[in-house]
Amino acid sequence: MATIKLQGIAHSYNDKSAGIIKPADYAVNSLNQCWQDGGAYALLGPSGCGKTTLLNIISGLIKPTEGRILFDDVDVTDLIPEQRNIAQVFQFPVVYDTMTVAENLAFPLRNRGMAAAEIESRVKTVLSMLGLDSRADSRARSLNADDKQKISLGRGLVRTDVKAILFDEPLTVIDPHLKWQLRTELKKIHQQFKHTMIYVTHDQTEALTFADKVIVMHEGSIVQIGTPQQLFEQPGHTFVGKFIGSPGMNVLPCQIEGSEVLIGGIRINLQRTINNTGEKFEIGVRPEHIQLSAETGMSVEVVAIEDVGRHVILRARLEGIEINIIVSEGVAIPESPKVIFDIDKINLYANDYRVADNN
Amino acid sequence: MKVQNNKAWFMVLPVLVLVAISAIIPLMTVVNYSVQDTFGNNEFFWVGMEWFQEILASERFHNALMRTLLFSGLILAIEIPLGIAVALAMPRRGIGVSVCLVLMALPLLIPWNVVGTIWQVFGRVDIGLLGHTLASLGIDYNYTQDTLDAWLTLIAMDVWHWTSLVVLLCYSGLAAIPEVYYQAARIDGASRWAIFRYIQLPKIKRVLVIALLLRFMDSFMIYTEPFVVTGGGPGNATTFLSIDLVQMAIGQFDLGPAAAMSLIYFLIILLVSWVFYTVMTIDDNEEQSASAKGRS
Repeated sequence: MATIKLQGIAHSYNDKSAGIIKPADYAVNSLNQCWQDGGAYALLGPSGCGKTTLLNIISGLIKPTEGRILFDDVDVTDLIPEQRNIAQVFQFPVVYDTMTVAENLAFPLRNRGMAAAEIESRVKTVLSMLGLDSRADSRARSLNADDKQKISLGRGLVRTDVKAILFDEPLTVIDPHLKWQLRTELKKIHQQFKHTMIYVTHDQTEALTFADKVIVMHEGSIVQIGTPQQLFEQPGHTFVGKFIGSPGMNVLPCQIEGSEVLIGGIRINLQRTINNTGEKFEIGVRPEHIQLSAETGMSVEVVAIEDVGRHVILRARLEGIEINIIVSEGVAIPESPKVIFDIDKINLYANDYRVADNN
Repeated sequence: MKVQNNKAWFMVLPVLVLVAISAIIPLMTVVNYSVQDTFGNNEFFWVGMEWFQEILASERFHNALMRTLLFSGLILAIEIPLGIAVALAMPRRGIGVSVCLVLMALPLLIPWNVVGTIWQVFGRVDIGLLGHTLASLGIDYNYTQDTLDAWLTLIAMDVWHWTSLVVLLCYSGLAAIPEVYYQAARIDGASRWAIFRYIQLPKIKRVLVIALLLRFMDSFMIYTEPFVVTGGGPGNATTFLSIDLVQMAIGQFDLGPAAAMSLIYFLIILLVSWVFYTVMTIDDNEEQSASAKGRS
């Protein structure tokens, strides 16, 4: 196990020798990030934001165009995957068709020339860990997708001193009712063995339930690193606010006047001093943090009401900007509703990045 | 009772008629000849299984059959591994792919008798590039007189002509393997051989079965090329079943024995192909029955 450090990592799939790479050509760009030993991380972001590229850079499948990567302060940038001793579980389960389940698990150890007796004992341990004991001698290809995915994981777990286990959207092909179960098992394995785990996903539920720390990526850059709670309450970037939450955060363009923000004709006193730097200001407020009232507050025009079961989503227009409001079930929606933002839950953004509270 | 809708038979009728004309009727004619004898004048006598017994007991047939089996065995032993090796060595992307594919396809596009003629001329000691070069190197090469030289020439010709087919089939199989398998293998630290043995070979197995079957059937039936190059000689050294059959049917006009031999020939190909296919797909059937069991 190891602490993994990225130093100025950037990668472009365009050949560097072909000329100068434009910033837009980078799949990931100038990443500096430290993954603590034993941490459970989730890399969250929409498709095409560079998550998989970053994962492949860590495992060594891709050599980054720029930057260095260190395991426990040892530079491994030029090492091949085998030497880095990283385990990786892919989106689609990879099993070696002609081998049995046990042979599949033994494969990475055999390749490393481990003694047969030790291979056998390690394989046995991993088989029981994954609950595959009874299938040990079955042909691997006769298994279901979720068992196959367990084998992919097992080939990582079986190795001694694996530096980290990387998951690349491992639950994509798993039946929904098994996803939850497999995720719980992953969590259990993590607590038991304390491997450093990095889990790539575009599903926020998966990321938030799996990880201690979530790294949100957007267009090749990391926009925020934080606990699930931080991502929810203090999104570092308007993208994070919109991406996390269902529905996402309401982002409203505004102007700054002293400690007040102006949204169209409405003034809200944020009750804190604001550093008035930057050109573009916005406030972000979660649909959960908007109260509905019949008497006081800002008037909104109702656009639609969606009942999603646990609660009702009220889609309304405030000063011409569409916002979502979550209304608890059973709460009546007034004829001409007014809304109040929870002042302490409002985040202020300058040029899309969150302005830190300084009170 | 369930009402049967037989309209579908009308749909397949045209095909049945075509197949009847092109295959079944000629085949039945051969069956008809194989159980009768004739002395001309369109007079036929029933002889039953006599021709079959005669053919199966004849040394001439045994020798031709052994020669054909040996030829098929040799070219399979060369073309299949060579085809896989070439397919593995071919580039995966870029302009090289098209260049390789076009070059590979060229021999396949040449008519068989032209292939024969090319090699007949190529191997001639007096004017042929190959024959002359070998002769000037002091190697005693003459495919019209030496049995070994004749065989080597025919095998070289078939390898030149048909290895491309194996290459193209294997290449398509290799191209269909998802990149993620190679990535997983790199993570697992698999050697080049392990990648071939546990990823590439199992994944191209299906196309390999097709390649093997096609090459077996084709080589077992080979006629045109050896007929042009060696004409079955020297002596009877390269008289394969097909050449022997034509000599018997058209050269000697022994219609009955020739018909019997045709049927035996046909059944051998059918049998061997069936055995190949069954053996090579045993795993798939196992898997299917296993997953069927799992579902029930």
